[in-house]
Amino acid sequence: MSTTTATTTREITFTAAAREALSEAMAADPRIFVVGEGIGARGGNFNTTTGLYELYGPMRLRDTPIVERGFVGMCTGAAMTGSRPVVDFMFVDFILDAMGELINQVAKMQYMSSGRLKMPMVLRGCIGISGASATHHSGSYYPLFVNIPGFKVVLPSNAYDAKGLLTTALKGDDPVLFLEHKLVLNNKGHVPEESYSIPFGQAAVVREGTQATVVALSSMVKKVSDACDSLAKEGISIELIDPRTVAPLDVDTVLQSVHKTGRLLIVDEAFGPCGVGAEISAQVTARGFDDLDAPIQRLNGVHTPTPYSPPLEAAVVPDVKQIVQAIRDLLAE
Amino acid sequence: MSNITALGKEQHLALYRQMLEIRRTEEQLAKSHQAGLIPGACHTYVGEEAIATGVCAHLTHQDAVFSTHRGHGHALAKGVPPREVIAELFGRVTGCSRGRGGSMHLFSPEVGMMGTSGIVGPCILQATGAGYTSKLLNTGNVGVAFFGDGASNNGAFHEGLNLAAIYDLPVIFVCENNMYATEVAFSYATRNTEVAERARSYGMPGVAVDGNDVVAVYEAAAEAVKRARAGHGPTLIEGKTYRTRAHVEGMRDGGYRTQEEIDSWKARDPITTYRARLLEAGLVAEAEVNAVDEAVRVLVEEALEFAKNSPYPDPATVSRYIFSEASA
Ligand SMILES: Cc1ncc(C[n+]2csc(CCOP(=O)(O)OP(=O)(O)O)c2C)c(N)n1
Ligand SMILES: [Mg+2]
Repeated sequence: MSTTTATTTREITFTAAAREALSEAMAADPRIFVVGEGIGARGGNFNTTTGLYELYGPMRLRDTPIVERGFVGMCTGAAMTGSRPVVDFMFVDFILDAMGELINQVAKMQYMSSGRLKMPMVLRGCIGISGASATHHSGSYYPLFVNIPGFKVVLPSNAYDAKGLLTTALKGDDPVLFLEHKLVLNNKGHVPEESYSIPFGQAAVVREGTQATVVALSSMVKKVSDACDSLAKEGISIELIDPRTVAPLDVDTVLQSVHKTGRLLIVDEAFGPCGVGAEISAQVTARGFDDLDAPIQRLNGVHTPTPYSPPLEAAVVPDVKQIVQAIRDLLAE
Repeated sequence: MSNITALGKEQHLALYRQMLEIRRTEEQLAKSHQAGLIPGACHTYVGEEAIATGVCAHLTHQDAVFSTHRGHGHALAKGVPPREVIAELFGRVTGCSRGRGGSMHLFSPEVGMMGTSGIVGPCILQATGAGYTSKLLNTGNVGVAFFGDGASNNGAFHEGLNLAAIYDLPVIFVCENNMYATEVAFSYATRNTEVAERARSYGMPGVAVDGNDVVAVYEAAAEAVKRARAGHGPTLIEGKTYRTRAHVEGMRDGGYRTQEEIDSWKARDPITTYRARLLEAGLVAEAEVNAVDEAVRVLVEEALEFAKNSPYPDPATVSRYIFSEASA
């Protein structure tokens, strides 16, 4: 899906790939600056900016006090006046302190100004449950943003997509949430050295199959892929789709797949009620009802605050075993 | 009281004209609201015109102003024509926000009017961000936030002033202390009603001025803008003032303040007192101010006609501008 033909690739981590996109964009555009806690000389809690402070200095790698609302509001004014801020939240749970600025200001600014102001802002942070991070460091929250007109929401699941999608975010003029699941940060993948961008709203068909379609988001792509591997040994053929962005959401690709398979399961760690799976399900039902041979099913994280203790934590996140079972159930319908 | 002899005749007439343009435009808006021509809210700035006028006199169209729910005066002083303000409140496509905003969302980036706001507080942070752009891209522009006494108790005040101070940003924070937030007295909402004193906590200068004296505001703003443009960081200005109309048009205005208090502030009206001072000091001739009065009357009358005769926006465009056109 890249817009340039890449030649040289290496195996690097998701984090390194995203950092490469950021550094390339910052080198090309002096209007880009990053704010966050510990993103300067320290290089970011999740190494999102390692090495960039030395390249671009304190005005462009701006350590902040602990004022999530304050720096989001500041970046709003900066974006309105011609800068291109990147807000690094570290854990995306902290974004909740800035929700008023985000929903009332950032998302609505272009509309309120009848398109005469732009709002180029990238809002990035880690999402997801892992490593006993407990309930203030493990939220995903993207359905909240999908519900609001004015945000683009990106959920990269691998290193190649991370670089290409972040490049698109940094080149665009709209607010983009770039949400990085903790479990994919260190996963390696083949990533071109050259700059490339991946358009928003184009799902990836991760593996082709015939008997059922599974849509998986973020960290669930890898888990579903593992589940498909094990089912393939029994001759069960599953088509796996990674939407990559949930706003905009590429329902067309899902519909095409369901046209072929007749069955659909959506696997998402985030909460089920009013979630991305509910939206996909509604749209597929509305537009592809005749293609369906069984009710659409969802497998979500348990609708509860995230518990700390490892056995409790394991109980709230869909695992490979549950995914395999959900697929078997769907095929039995 | 300010030294009015420090300014020349042209400056005085310009300040007078600007205040009067705000006053006459808003008197028209109030009438239009009563007549049902304004479908939404309308908070007037009547009595506070000296503050927007005295500050914006120092700004170019590249300087960015961020304002509040009580923002007609800021928009007009920044250079949005009365016709675009009136048309916007009428919901017409010729309004400064093309009918998407209304009174609390007046946008005109072309003249550096970066929005009035339906939410109390964010303008303080956004002006700080304009200061950040100025410093990042080395433009020499300043960011200005206008906000009320009520907003000075909001977290945005603390966060914005602190950020502007630690990064030495070219920002002017202008608190319009009219002693009330809706019906809540400022003396009820804080233990220290001297907003300017809070500047010390952030390590920036804080200046309290008579917000009904346009020359006093003008002089305080001159100093703050000069400081900001020279790279010496932000300033907090507190203008002590009063709104003489209700919080919002159509709202009952009784109970929380006395008629004597209102009358005492009406006697200190920023426009009539200034006019009298200028004439008394012989700095302008009566014929000259009369000519301004007449020009403003005609301007607002024409603006009203323009707004009334303007079309509404096309409903087919309702989903336009959610995202940048390039990406749509
Ligand atoms: C965050 C938020 N809370 C409440 C309101 C409702 N509200 C509108 S104006 C206002 C009072 C504002 O007082 P002040 O800041 O002193 O400005 P003034 O109206 O006196 O000019 C309130 C509470 C709002 N618009 N935004
Ligand atoms: Mg007030």
